[in-house]
Amino acid sequence: MKVGIVGVGVTPFRPTTPDLSWKELMYDGAQRAYADAGIDPRTDVDSFITCAEDYYEGFGIFDEFTPDQLGSVLRPMHTVGGDGIQGLANGFMQIKSGLANLVAVESHSKASDILTFNGIVAHALDPIWNKPLGGHPNYVAGLEMDAFLRASGNTAKDCALVVAANRRAALKNPVAAYGAPVTPEQAAASPALWSPLRQLDAAGLADGCVVLVLASERAARKMEADPVWIRGIGWASDTPSLETRDWATASYARLAAEMAYRIAKVRQPAKAFDLAEVDDKFSYKELQHLEALGLAKKGQSGKMARRGALGPDGRLPTNVSGGSLGCGNVLDASGLHRVAEAVLQLRGEAGSRQLDRARTAVVQSWRGLPTSTGAVAVLGVGR
Amino acid sequence: MKKVAVVGAGMTIFRRRLQETGKELSFEAARMALDQAKMEIPDVDAVVHGTGPDAFDGVHMKGEYLLDGSGGTRKPYMRVYTGGGTGVFSTIAGWWHIASGLADVALVVNEEKMSSCLPHPQSVFANIWDPILDRPLKPNLVWIFAMEMNRYMTVHGIPYEDIARVSVKNKRNAVGHPCAQLPDANITLEDVMNSEIMAWPVHRLDISPPSDGAAAVVLASEDVVRKRKLRDQAAWIKGVGWCIDSTMWTDRDLVFPEYVARAAKMAYRQAKIDRPKRQIDFAEPYDPFDYKELHHLEGLGLADKGKAGLMTREGITQRDGDLPVCPSGGLLGIGNPIAATMGIKIGELYWQLTGQAGKRQIPNEVHTGVCQAWGDLMQYGSVVVMGA
Repeated sequence: MKVGIVGVGVTPFRPTTPDLSWKELMYDGAQRAYADAGIDPRTDVDSFITCAEDYYEGFGIFDEFTPDQLGSVLRPMHTVGGDGIQGLANGFMQIKSGLANLVAVESHSKASDILTFNGIVAHALDPIWNKPLGGHPNYVAGLEMDAFLRASGNTAKDCALVVAANRRAALKNPVAAYGAPVTPEQAAASPALWSPLRQLDAAGLADGCVVLVLASERAARKMEADPVWIRGIGWASDTPSLETRDWATASYARLAAEMAYRIAKVRQPAKAFDLAEVDDKFSYKELQHLEALGLAKKGQSGKMARRGALGPDGRLPTNVSGGSLGCGNVLDASGLHRVAEAVLQLRGEAGSRQLDRARTAVVQSWRGLPTSTGAVAVLGVGR
Repeated sequence: MKKVAVVGAGMTIFRRRLQETGKELSFEAARMALDQAKMEIPDVDAVVHGTGPDAFDGVHMKGEYLLDGSGGTRKPYMRVYTGGGTGVFSTIAGWWHIASGLADVALVVNEEKMSSCLPHPQSVFANIWDPILDRPLKPNLVWIFAMEMNRYMTVHGIPYEDIARVSVKNKRNAVGHPCAQLPDANITLEDVMNSEIMAWPVHRLDISPPSDGAAAVVLASEDVVRKRKLRDQAAWIKGVGWCIDSTMWTDRDLVFPEYVARAAKMAYRQAKIDRPKRQIDFAEPYDPFDYKELHHLEGLGLADKGKAGLMTREGITQRDGDLPVCPSGGLLGIGNPIAATMGIKIGELYWQLTGQAGKRQIPNEVHTGVCQAWGDLMQYGSVVVMGA
């Protein structure tokens, strides 16, 4: 049983959304996806999934607040404490197991409601070993960037190229919150707040909601939809312990990719895809993830950035959407947004950022600080 | 759809305050389940984790934090979360990891450490309400459950004694359970009825205690069961169902748990059960309050509407009755560490169906059992049907 994506809803991302509550934002994303798929959630969707974390939402139990605005009252619905692609994986499995034909997956960020974002991130650090050390939690990313650059031989200048490329690419994306003609020099000259990580190396927070509708092959045929197929999906976590994890190579991304490639029967990832959307919540993460996914050779991702191989006309267009640096960090909706972007590209509906001959895509997410959890999806159109 | 079996289960003791960290509790339960399944971590393809509000432990992304203690390091690790419904729901998620063909062995670990929340875990429940419509009224959980219990009693004309009897039955059933927090061989109906009133009509002994604890089960595909010769210790998952009702509890008719009825219908359809009263031998419905056992029995279609109390009075739901209900001792007898109640629901079904329940073993032969958890804001039902 193949599983495809037949509906996409993305609300515009903005640094602040005073006119909409988180509930209205979810409704907005959902109705866009249902309209795109041409379905009525109250009768057609078999299962609903949301990806959320209590602390981001500011609720004791956020799962309570999901059904009404998604049209899932008195229907199967559950929360995944994970990234959007992990939510997608649950929908994928529900359809593969024969339990469901149509599944809606939602994730959102109302980061502008969060008054103490850094405090919340600090609360995800080990309460005994790490949290008492204090400090801005981005120091974890600074340490990792340092470890990655030393181990791989890439440079901070390469990271500045990523910042400039993604901020610029976002100018062509109508949903992006942080599109700007940033130059590599500007990125490299921004304050080194968590050295070597600089201010512009970190993606800004944004509000937004993404909803996808998944369908079994049979349901997609019945709907006369032209789905973007999920050919493979994988997810993995390294350890939460800062002291013992792999700092250099993002092994969570490698393990997740191995799983997704195995399911999708991808043998040579470097040649298999027309585009990549990989996590760039911090600039160095894009390079680290490209290498972990086998899309760049070890230590060569910086060179690819320098040679323009990651641009829209390059060998592997990467984060043509603008990524998190350009569109904004929408927390656990980030992965789902990357999938939505890849779907638009594969459908040929990506507007002025449309790539030529986009038939296959690889998409990857990371849950953000201080986790070592990520997921990968392999997407394609046609047979 | 691949067949999925439970081949091992474990749970820690449930206590008001345990010295162990959440990671350690998760580890202990996972270790027990793996030992019973004769497996080690490398045999596990995927780990599913279930745990309740992050605010209990005071750790953001609690699933990530508990990952290494649960055996999830460098594996596909998934946390699912449906409030109290997680107690049964995480096993449903484990089921689809295998039924879909993505995994052959899945370890499901549920943990709850409520005691780190000071002064009392109820303070987390102050933040589960709609911030505009509910929170200014400063409600707490016992109040709204009192409303639901009152409505259930009033509409059906159920005397309080019939509800209090559930508490007596479950606390007595818990005697002999190695993990039990509040077993009481000598408890009487008078003890429950004369206990302190918390919010009328809810008395102190109508309520299960907050707890720390963890539970785990190992799920395996049919191939693994055959290859590893685990057939004698396998109980098969026959049907799964889950359902959520509207957030707006004030708009709901509290007299009948429609969300449980729909979840049960979904699970029964898959398990090919059309006459649950005849086809189900015993049940482990969620019993954080004694009236909820009755409410849920009606939702599960095992009792007619308003008649579950009568069944309790007539002894039908005793361990040696026609339909044993909460033979484990339930949350009322063993404790209520929200998600970790998996050990009382999924765990008890497994141990009963494979004849491993020891002193708690139901004297009549049992072939099919149903368990259910309830969560969020009186709005979530998750149901699993298992067979020997």
